[in-house]
Amino acid sequence: MRPVLRFLEDELIERIVSEARDVLCKLGVEIHNKDVLSMLGEHGAKVNMDKYHVLFTNEIIDKALKTVPKSFKLYDVLGNQTHDFSGYDVYYTPGSAALNILDYDTNKIRRPETSDYIKFTKVVSGLKNIASQSTALIPADIHEKISDSYRLYLSLLFCEKPVVTGAFTIEAFEIMKELQIAVRGTEKELAQKPLTIFSCCPTSPVKWSDVTSQNLLDCSRFSIPVEFIAMPLSGFMAPVTLVGTLIQHTAETLSGVVISQLTNPGAPVLYGGSPAIFDLRFETTPMGAVETEMIDCAYNEIGKYLGMPTQAYISLSDSKQVDAQAGLESSMGATLAALSGINNIAGPGMLDFESCQSTEKLVLDNEICGMTLRMLKGIVPREDFPTLPRLEELLKEKHLLISEHTRKYLKEEFYFPSSVIDRANRTRWEKEGRVTLIKRAHAEVEKLTRDYAPSRLPEDIKKELTKLMMGEARRYDMKRLPEIEI
Amino acid sequence: MDILKEISENLELGDFEKVSLLTKKAIEEKIPVEKILKFGLIGGMDIVGEKYKTHQIFLPDVLMSARAMHAGMDVLKPFFIREGMPNSGKVILGTIQGDLHDIGKNLVGIMLKGAGFEVIDLGTDVSPEKFIETAKKEAAYIIGMSALLTTTMPMMRKVVELLKKEGLEDKVKTIIGGAPVSKDFAQSIGADAYGYDSTDAVESVRKLFNQA
Ligand code: B12
Repeated sequence: MRPVLRFLEDELIERIVSEARDVLCKLGVEIHNKDVLSMLGEHGAKVNMDKYHVLFTNEIIDKALKTVPKSFKLYDVLGNQTHDFSGYDVYYTPGSAALNILDYDTNKIRRPETSDYIKFTKVVSGLKNIASQSTALIPADIHEKISDSYRLYLSLLFCEKPVVTGAFTIEAFEIMKELQIAVRGTEKELAQKPLTIFSCCPTSPVKWSDVTSQNLLDCSRFSIPVEFIAMPLSGFMAPVTLVGTLIQHTAETLSGVVISQLTNPGAPVLYGGSPAIFDLRFETTPMGAVETEMIDCAYNEIGKYLGMPTQAYISLSDSKQVDAQAGLESSMGATLAALSGINNIAGPGMLDFESCQSTEKLVLDNEICGMTLRMLKGIVPREDFPTLPRLEELLKEKHLLISEHTRKYLKEEFYFPSSVIDRANRTRWEKEGRVTLIKRAHAEVEKLTRDYAPSRLPEDIKKELTKLMMGEARRYDMKRLPEIEI
Repeated sequence: MDILKEISENLELGDFEKVSLLTKKAIEEKIPVEKILKFGLIGGMDIVGEKYKTHQIFLPDVLMSARAMHAGMDVLKPFFIREGMPNSGKVILGTIQGDLHDIGKNLVGIMLKGAGFEVIDLGTDVSPEKFIETAKKEAAYIIGMSALLTTTMPMMRKVVELLKKEGLEDKVKTIIGGAPVSKDFAQSIGADAYGYDSTDAVESVRKLFNQA
């Protein structure tokens, strides 16, 4: 049996959704994009162009919910399926778009550069429990106007896994789409085999900016999967109660679903978010707070109820270091998310309110993910009835170490973590140098970087990617891209 | 009890009706308005700020107190207009061009207002030209800028440069903030101050005014 966690009863979900519909239909949504507004108007929504305001109708909400896909798949750069976002299946992805990287040598934060990005990508390539890459860092050694597309470019060059990403401007969408088409061949093949997911953020309360709503429109047109990242902050930009926050989150996310589905019925979406409680002492948005994680799990239930696969930023920490707080917050989040069946679980590697990535934390989190994935396989009988013969064998042989049953099921029953997790006895641990967690994690990072095998994406496609990226750099007067060795 | 102390204590409790009444009473008792402002209202807000900083009270308590302070200010205003308003500092606030994050900026605005400053909030996606134009028009001494994206923070430099170009660097001071911004970055672009949260912002703004 797969263990499943629930916070909401169906009746409460229905009340939340009904209230959210009221918000959309009676209070309405502010959308700072005329194309999106007129598109909604054509479908019967009541639009006030001057005020950038629109009142939704229950008809368009129902229409959208009818066409929104219940599931969709992702494929790596070689075209192999890696994800099937459906039911309660979960996949992990690193936390994305960090401002800083935590430098192992100095234990201080600094701005990431191209070389950091490449190293991060190489590490992600080797992590078994992290199913996709994300454009996790913003390299500071290139023009800021291309910093979103450049991340995608590096990701597509160095790692085969599909990419969770997003654009920072309206203009950047074009090149980010072209890079993907270069990998797949044609627009049609890209639509058939999605390679990326774009984050599109409404602004709380119930508002869409020009940039993010245009990104949503553009992604939908090309059937590029979108994850909605609404971020109501309980007690500040949303009601202090978890239910109140959920109602607002539902309204904000549903508004995105409607824009996507009316633009292109059947366009793939993840019902996602990054809500948080607002810590009224520190003026921060704690992602590791238990209430934040409860809101995540609960909106995932609402998403599932409405018939969509889900996403959340949940397996991450607000600690500034790779310390016990980082471990406890990330593992609590990952465990709750896995049990709730959040399909795309984002966060590994991330610290400091989504603002700092650490490769050392990433390899630690990879173990947390591995353990939760094991947990989800549950407890299942494997030739356990009858057990009598096995116990007879045990009594006779004095152990079951080489029993056929043991050899057959050992690797299925146990998850064996990497050497990041210490399971040595004390004497051995002392003899081997009393190596601390952070040192073990760093050794693992170095090992994965050494063992990295280049992406098997054909060379001519890699060249084409570089050509496209160069063209984009030139548009912003950058004569060359930072030196990289593929 | 000393009526100014009473004002300050009720302000701490966030009782805006009492603060309003007591301020009126203080005026009737012929206490100079500057004194009521300085020791009753601002004095109370200073204690509130300190308590917030040390987590004895939370943000909502601060805002309740700020509301009470404004109730007191409303009573004082007509007298200031008659006797000449002391220069209550004016701050132009906005999120820099290309950036739509405004939660932190709004919070800074709320706290600056709470501390008695006049805040003109230009919203998000504000161009360098607009910052300068408004500062000139409003004769404001301070421009406060917020950036949450590494891609938009370089734009703050432009505001500082434009101020220099127009020879305004002594008349208008700049303060910046936001998650990717740091003290070092502020120095590197020639901004006059940096604030890491709303309390720090208030302290820094106050310092800038005191240096004026
Ligand atoms: C909330 C949030 C959003 C909300 C914003 C809602 C709103 N109305 O502002 C939404 C969901 C809309 C959003 C959108 C986007 N976001 Co955002 N967002 C955040 C998040 C999680 C929290 C920011 C916040 O509000 N914090 C709470 C407030 C209270 O804190 P604060 O802003 O830091 O402000 C305090 C201090 O900094 C200081 N301060 C702030 N301003 C000022 C000004 C002055 C003068 C002074 C003195 C002090 C000061 O005082 C404040 C009070 O304590 C940050 C992560 C983070 N750690 O910052 C990401 C983050 C900033 N966002 C990010 C991104 C990528 C985006 C998007 C581009 C995503 C997308 N693809 O669409 C879009 C931006 C579009 C655009 N052009 O702006 C990245 C930035 C990456 C980078 N390297 O630049 C971050 C780091 C998250 C991440 N890892 O992905 N986001």
